[in-house]
Amino acid sequence: MNDFVPPHIDWAALSPIIVVLGAGIVGVLVEAFVPARARRTTQLVLSLGGLLGALVAIGLLWDSVQSNVILVVGDSFDLTPFGLAIQGIVVVLAFLSMLVIADRSGGQDAFAPTAAAVPGSRYEEEARRAGLQQTEVFPLALFSTGGMMLFAATDDLIILFVALEVLSLPLYVLSATARRRRLLSQEAAFKYFLLGAFTSALTVFGIALLYGFAGSVHLPVIADALAGRGDSPLAGLHVLAVAGIVLVCVGLLFKVGAAPFHTWTPDVYTGAPTPITGFMAVCTKAAAFGALVRVLFYLGQGFDAATRHEVHVLLWTVAIATMAIGTIVGVVQTDIKRLLAYSSIAHAGFVLVALVAFDEVATSAVLFYLLAYGLATLGAFAVVSLVRERIATDDAGAGGTRDSLILGEATHLAQWAGLGRKAPWLTAAFVLFLLSMAGVPLTAGFVGKFAVFGAAIHAGAWPLALIGGVASAISLFYYVRIIVLMVFTPASDEAGDGVPAAGAGVAGPLGAAGVAEPRGAADVAEPLGAAGVATVTQARPATRAVVTVMTGWGPAAVVVALCAIGVVLLGVVPSWVLDLAAGAAKFVP
Amino acid sequence: MAVTNYLILAAILFSIGATTVLLRRNAIIVFMGIELMLNATNLAFVTFARIHGDLTGQVLAFFVMVVAAAEVVVGLAIIVTIFRTRRSASVDDVNLLSR
Repeated sequence: MNDFVPPHIDWAALSPIIVVLGAGIVGVLVEAFVPARARRTTQLVLSLGGLLGALVAIGLLWDSVQSNVILVVGDSFDLTPFGLAIQGIVVVLAFLSMLVIADRSGGQDAFAPTAAAVPGSRYEEEARRAGLQQTEVFPLALFSTGGMMLFAATDDLIILFVALEVLSLPLYVLSATARRRRLLSQEAAFKYFLLGAFTSALTVFGIALLYGFAGSVHLPVIADALAGRGDSPLAGLHVLAVAGIVLVCVGLLFKVGAAPFHTWTPDVYTGAPTPITGFMAVCTKAAAFGALVRVLFYLGQGFDAATRHEVHVLLWTVAIATMAIGTIVGVVQTDIKRLLAYSSIAHAGFVLVALVAFDEVATSAVLFYLLAYGLATLGAFAVVSLVRERIATDDAGAGGTRDSLILGEATHLAQWAGLGRKAPWLTAAFVLFLLSMAGVPLTAGFVGKFAVFGAAIHAGAWPLALIGGVASAISLFYYVRIIVLMVFTPASDEAGDGVPAAGAGVAGPLGAAGVAEPRGAADVAEPLGAAGVATVTQARPATRAVVTVMTGWGPAAVVVALCAIGVVLLGVVPSWVLDLAAGAAKFVP
Repeated sequence: MAVTNYLILAAILFSIGATTVLLRRNAIIVFMGIELMLNATNLAFVTFARIHGDLTGQVLAFFVMVVAAAEVVVGLAIIVTIFRTRRSASVDDVNLLSR
């Protein structure tokens, strides 16, 4: 009965994932064999090439998938147009994220020379002087991308679990690698890891319960068992199925950052290095929503009226709570990264609005929204990575080279005042991204919100769409607040009223990988103990931080431009992408 | 002894693990709670495999073990890094971001 039958493997259909993961593995070998000087260039070419290759493979597969669903490895992984579309979105956004990760405006990338060194230690200082670089971030990001591509394309719950870990584990590590504000970065990784591991344990227990219920971890079989067509001895125990579905959903909702499982989002998004935050905010969310749609829609086929009602109640509650928390708590934020984190929570709520519809209209709306949200958010985080603090020393030139003067990102909102005068083009792009997030017409966000709320109304969930509209209106308030601040408020350092509060506790060794702690030096000193304080938190009374914007066409600036073009194109001529999305939704049950 | 007893044991172990995660303050202990949850899941998988009479569940237990091992590597690395920086592995001390 348990004879082993080798599965038929369709290598062509697996090629996008193989290319990305293969590039990651080669990247690990590059770390071992390529001399340090050439490593960064090699890694960059390899990862960008790998992602481009995956994109080409997805393009080649697109037509054949439209005509019939490809079974890839036995029945555990079938490539549907929806799965392929999510893979495409993830790969495009990962490609752009990779450019932001590679950005070195200001002379240094965003990653610590050696992430393992204790912040402020002599070892770290030596590593910085030696010019070490953590080029492992490229393969790590590739592995994470590979996991995301698998996450959204599988029917098998255990592969879902493995993919969840493959995408999460590199992200935990990447969160801890920031060059500046390393205490915050490590803390972000710590929180992300503990909460992420906890929810993945819940998820796998849910999978175990579903396996017990249906005798299989294959979604269509579970759906059959739910509909009463299975032959499992435990098929009568509906409580197993309901508990299992809830636990699996908890894991997926955690990954998309929906309330009440959102609490990690603001902390992790704030603490992680900004390029990684952009990558997490965009790609993880796309992949996790892909998986959520797949799981819910497959299992939804087997729901009876009562179960369907229960799942609806769950989704309604989560969607309303997510939108409310994302918009209302977002209003009072003073840190730009934290604010964008709450904005991304709110967007997760908007996508959930479409999910309650359970039909093809909803699926295509989700696809379009993920792309629109992804472009705007990624562009916004790329802009954040370019707005920096600069130390203006009294004796100019004594500090050494130019790049030693550029510090970390100026994330406090007060520091963003008057940015429009310093960098008009970058500010214009940022305003565009904010307007798109708010859903103003002629931007991608408007079409996305229209599609999402339209799907909900189409399915009769108009109260939810109405709440979504109100939430968008509230969120418009805090987006406009930033726009006013950037464009119409004069900069505080121009006005001459001294250092903005956030610039006060600047790290001791200029531009070193120390801690520029925005909440004052004392906060860092206390958990550090006596040992590391002097180097890490020593304030320099003679220096003051001014906000400066990295100009020039670095990779991050290119990403900002590409995202801005994408947002406008999707807003003005959305029909071709909407058609693609509608085609991609066709074969999802 | 009825096979379902093993399921009850798995549920109890899982609850103990979850309670540990939510109540204990030391990151290492919290992490041990997570491991206990994963191993309770393994017990559930194997028991269900016995009930259904197929091997899938036993294979799944191997998958979970491998993933748990990978998680230990990353998790302990992060906890040790935090400990080396702050001389404390308490989850209450890690609060710079929430102020």
